[in-house]
Amino acid sequence: MSTESIILDWLPYLSEGIAVTLGLVACSLGIGLIMGLPMALGQIYGSRPVQIIVGTYVWFFRGLPVLVLLFLFYFGIFPGIGLGGIPAFIVGGTVLGLRGAAYQSQIFRGAIQSISEGQMTAARSLGMSRFTAIKSIILPQAMRIALPGWSNEYPEMLTESSVCYAIGVAELLTRSSQIVSQTYITLPIYIVCALIFILLNYIGMKGLTILEKKLKIPGFGGGGEGAL
Amino acid sequence: MDQIVFLTEILFPALIGGTVITLELIAVTAPIGLLLGIAIAVGRTYGSWTIVEICKGYVIFFKGCPLLLLLFILYFGFPTIGITFTAFTAAVIGFICCNSAYNSEYIRGAMLSVQQGQLIAAKALGMTKRQAIINIVLPQALRRAIPGISNEFIYLIKYSSLAYVITVIELTGSAKQVATKYFMYTETFIIVALFYLAIVTVATIGINAIEKRVAIPGFVQK
Repeated sequence: MSTESIILDWLPYLSEGIAVTLGLVACSLGIGLIMGLPMALGQIYGSRPVQIIVGTYVWFFRGLPVLVLLFLFYFGIFPGIGLGGIPAFIVGGTVLGLRGAAYQSQIFRGAIQSISEGQMTAARSLGMSRFTAIKSIILPQAMRIALPGWSNEYPEMLTESSVCYAIGVAELLTRSSQIVSQTYITLPIYIVCALIFILLNYIGMKGLTILEKKLKIPGFGGGGEGAL
Repeated sequence: MDQIVFLTEILFPALIGGTVITLELIAVTAPIGLLLGIAIAVGRTYGSWTIVEICKGYVIFFKGCPLLLLLFILYFGFPTIGITFTAFTAAVIGFICCNSAYNSEYIRGAMLSVQQGQLIAAKALGMTKRQAIINIVLPQALRRAIPGISNEFIYLIKYSSLAYVITVIELTGSAKQVATKYFMYTETFIIVALFYLAIVTVATIGINAIEKRVAIPGFVQK
């Protein structure tokens, strides 16, 4: 059998890995967004202990390699709290999510801090509560400013999700390695895998650029393009 | 086994051995990655059409291809076409490709932020394009790119752990060996975590010192 036909035979198996890879990316971006935004707000508007807790969390998760985090959670922490038999995908998603939260909180923090303080003062003087001011004045602007930086998390997380190979999550890289060990065709399969990653990267970035354009308010900011 | 004995007599010697390999990986990769990054950035900004396209392709490929996959291609894939690397060399080549692609993006951004007029002024003074790039554009651009480059350096420290997957026994690898042998996963990886945090923290302090040292008073820095 020719190399091409073998690769074509295995392509369906490989493409199931796309779903797993994108699932990991979704976990990381989703958990990261849900946790990262409150963390950013806590770090800016919170009390001193909250700031210290968030700061330490960020320092820890940003200072460590994903591989070490994965090993720590998969072999250490999860079995330690009695969740030893948990699927590797959940551990991978959790770790990428917790890590994503640390990175994204800093993107949001930068964006929120770039809104001039006078706006908060103005909102308060109009009788808004702090909560309303953050929700209606600060965040709609800050999230738009944060979007370009946040979009950059997508390719970052896409390539990083492949490290979940090390704990055996059946994503693209794991599946290609399995195929390699079954067929002994090495280079072509890894290159197909690389092309899939690059394609996913390209499509995702295109989508995020469209989203950025959609959410744009004429006259506001426009820093996205210029800043890059 | 006694925890203290485990820590002092087994874990620490193993981890220090691993740290040396990690630092070697970084020490070889970082300078070459930076120089190659500068070359690619210059090529992409001032090169002819062909060079621009080649540099673009390089950046797209190495930014889009996961590093771990790249290491697999180098270490498992290349021997099938007759090119064999040791694990350490394969890791270094992979890191350099990845590191230089990202560095080039930061440097290119910084180069584009140098005003066009300065190049015209340099030409008016009789400088060649090459002289102008080396003497006028790069000294400014590199200073502006320091935050990005230092970020990338910190990333390098962290992704050097991936070398373990292609059998380089660096910090993570030595930890995995000890953890598997003595079945002490949580303890081992928490200690490794502290090792990485220490390396990253020291590196951050070092980078800040460099940034301060090369700063030119009055030259606006972000």
